[in-house]
Amino acid sequence: MIKIFFNYLIFPGFLFSACVGLIAGWIDRKVTARIQWRVGPPWYQNFVDIVKLLGKETIVPAGAKITFLLSPVLGLLSTILVATILGVTVRLPLESFAGDLIVVLYLLIIPAIAIIIGASSSHNPLASVGASREMKLVLGYELPFILSIIVVIIKSAGSIQIGSILNHQINFGSNLASFSGILAFLVAIICMQAKLGFVPFDMSEAEQEIMAGVFIEYSGLPLAIFKLTKAILLYTMPLLLIILFWGRDLTPLVLIAKYTALLVTIILIKNTNPRLRIDQALRFFWGPITALAIIAVILALLGL
Amino acid sequence: MSHKVLIPIGPYHPLQDEPEFFRLYVEGERVVDIDIVIGYLHRGIEKLSESKHFDQVTFLVERICGICSTSHPFAYVNAMEDLAKIEVPERALFIRTIIAEMERIHSHLLWLGLAGHFIGYNTVWMWAWRYREPILDMFEMITGNRNHYAMMKIGGVRRDIKDEDISILKKTLDDLLPAVDMFKGAVMDDPVIKARLKGIGILTKQQAIDWAVVGPTARASGINIDVRKDDPYGAYDKVSWNVIVEEDGDIFAKTIVRILELYESISIIRQCLDKMPKGEIDANVKDIPSGEGIGHVEAPRGECFHYVRSDGTNRPVRHKIRAPSYMNVASNKVAAVGGTLSDAAITLAAVDPCYCCTERLIVLDKHSDKKIMNGWDLIKLSQEKTEKLKKIIGCKS
Repeated sequence: MIKIFFNYLIFPGFLFSACVGLIAGWIDRKVTARIQWRVGPPWYQNFVDIVKLLGKETIVPAGAKITFLLSPVLGLLSTILVATILGVTVRLPLESFAGDLIVVLYLLIIPAIAIIIGASSSHNPLASVGASREMKLVLGYELPFILSIIVVIIKSAGSIQIGSILNHQINFGSNLASFSGILAFLVAIICMQAKLGFVPFDMSEAEQEIMAGVFIEYSGLPLAIFKLTKAILLYTMPLLLIILFWGRDLTPLVLIAKYTALLVTIILIKNTNPRLRIDQALRFFWGPITALAIIAVILALLGL
Repeated sequence: MSHKVLIPIGPYHPLQDEPEFFRLYVEGERVVDIDIVIGYLHRGIEKLSESKHFDQVTFLVERICGICSTSHPFAYVNAMEDLAKIEVPERALFIRTIIAEMERIHSHLLWLGLAGHFIGYNTVWMWAWRYREPILDMFEMITGNRNHYAMMKIGGVRRDIKDEDISILKKTLDDLLPAVDMFKGAVMDDPVIKARLKGIGILTKQQAIDWAVVGPTARASGINIDVRKDDPYGAYDKVSWNVIVEEDGDIFAKTIVRILELYESISIIRQCLDKMPKGEIDANVKDIPSGEGIGHVEAPRGECFHYVRSDGTNRPVRHKIRAPSYMNVASNKVAAVGGTLSDAAITLAAVDPCYCCTERLIVLDKHSDKKIMNGWDLIKLSQEKTEKLKKIIGCKS
């Protein structure tokens, strides 16, 4: 029992994943700054930001519903759970339970849903525009994302248990080492970009159009919780992709190297693209990306 | 969603760096109507100008806008020279042209960066502004100031361009050219930028004529107007260059016009530096006769117009200014309506609005939002006040 709490709250759950996520966020800011000929913040900047937000007043807009304050907590709890499941599985693949991949996929949708609920209940027209954009975006990227994960399941002999997917890769080589694996990995990276709300898919909080959109009414603690949720997602999403596609060798140093490589890739995508319009994003996900994912599934079925 | 939602852009909004207010009426994501409210920056420059003497006004109009800070004085001195029939030394004309074209380069790079920022492409923003920095350094080297250059003077310019500065300026322009090539390539070849900008915020040629837009906004809609060609001033008739005209009228065309104008500006500066004669830079004007004069220049945003009337004293009795954004901002009414909310952000910015240039005063009733005072009412108010004052001091009207 104590071990479960330790796992959930300290390692590899909340405390650990939040720290890694905030450091990853700093890498994001630093790399972005260097690309843009700026200096960038010191490594502790994101921690200071969170601490500062905790000290700020929490303003609840008139007309907001109780879900306005509940949804950040909902999002955070579910992302911590994902971080815990993945962290434990990486260290002890045998401890994973049957069907945990499905659980992780469900839990990963919850932060987006929490953002939609929170924004819808904040009684602000800009937030509701942001919420509707986030909703459309979720509809867009979930289909190709799940298709790309089906490729992994096919390649791992039909297993939906993360531990056995890992074991399968240790025995037979990474899922990435095949045509279908590479295609599915590319699709998954682009879907991850959208899940993380990075440019070109940050239209739900486009600051130049709708002034942070979904987060416009949040301040103080709830905003800090959302920021933490985003930070933990920045840790868990690349980790999930590495486990599923690139999981042959997961010794700590190799894992860090793989994680950093994936992180820098999405930061580069973020900094070399303008923001898409929501209709363009939806067309993009349901058109070429879904087509790619379906091709990957067919290739995987053919054993390529 | 079928009901209309009001999305406010302004009075303070991260989209634009000056206070302005666009009320967007939105159905879902589609903009169905727009109200444009400006006037938050009204400073009464025209009235203020009547209380300054002619030399001070040059510095006053320079402060109308921080970006066109040489266009306004340039137009004003043109108006004064038209009024007093002053012959300006040739070297001064070339120096004026060089400064005005450098301003166009820095202004267009500034817009390019902002446009990148507005479509969420912050890398373009930072890069464009980085390449703008050497131009500002050149301004500092030549004039001593990065933004308010204070170069214009009735009858000439206030500072000469030194011979040793010319080679540094030429080298800066040589270094800028690859950067402009890069931006041109980045905009023309990037499919995502094309997807965001092409076919968006279209202002057709007829609409552009109807709304009387000026500058790059008009040239992107296929209208060949440019004060520099149509009514040459400065040294523009002594160098060869082209007016850039695009036909599409969308934001992509506006971007291309501005990027291609960078090449023309660089070429104009180079020719001016080569052709610049030696000699005086100031006609040493002593008296301003009574009369009236107009001066207009092609500011980076379009035609900037100044009218000055003098009654023989040392102050203007009337100074009328029309900045280009005044015409361009209104065209958003057709360009932004019908697009999506995402497009509205870049469409509103695509005319390169400069609100502080263009502010007008209106007085509204607090409760009904009705205009209770327009320009004519204010003039009448002012006349009544003058009459009252005259009665008090016993002066015959």
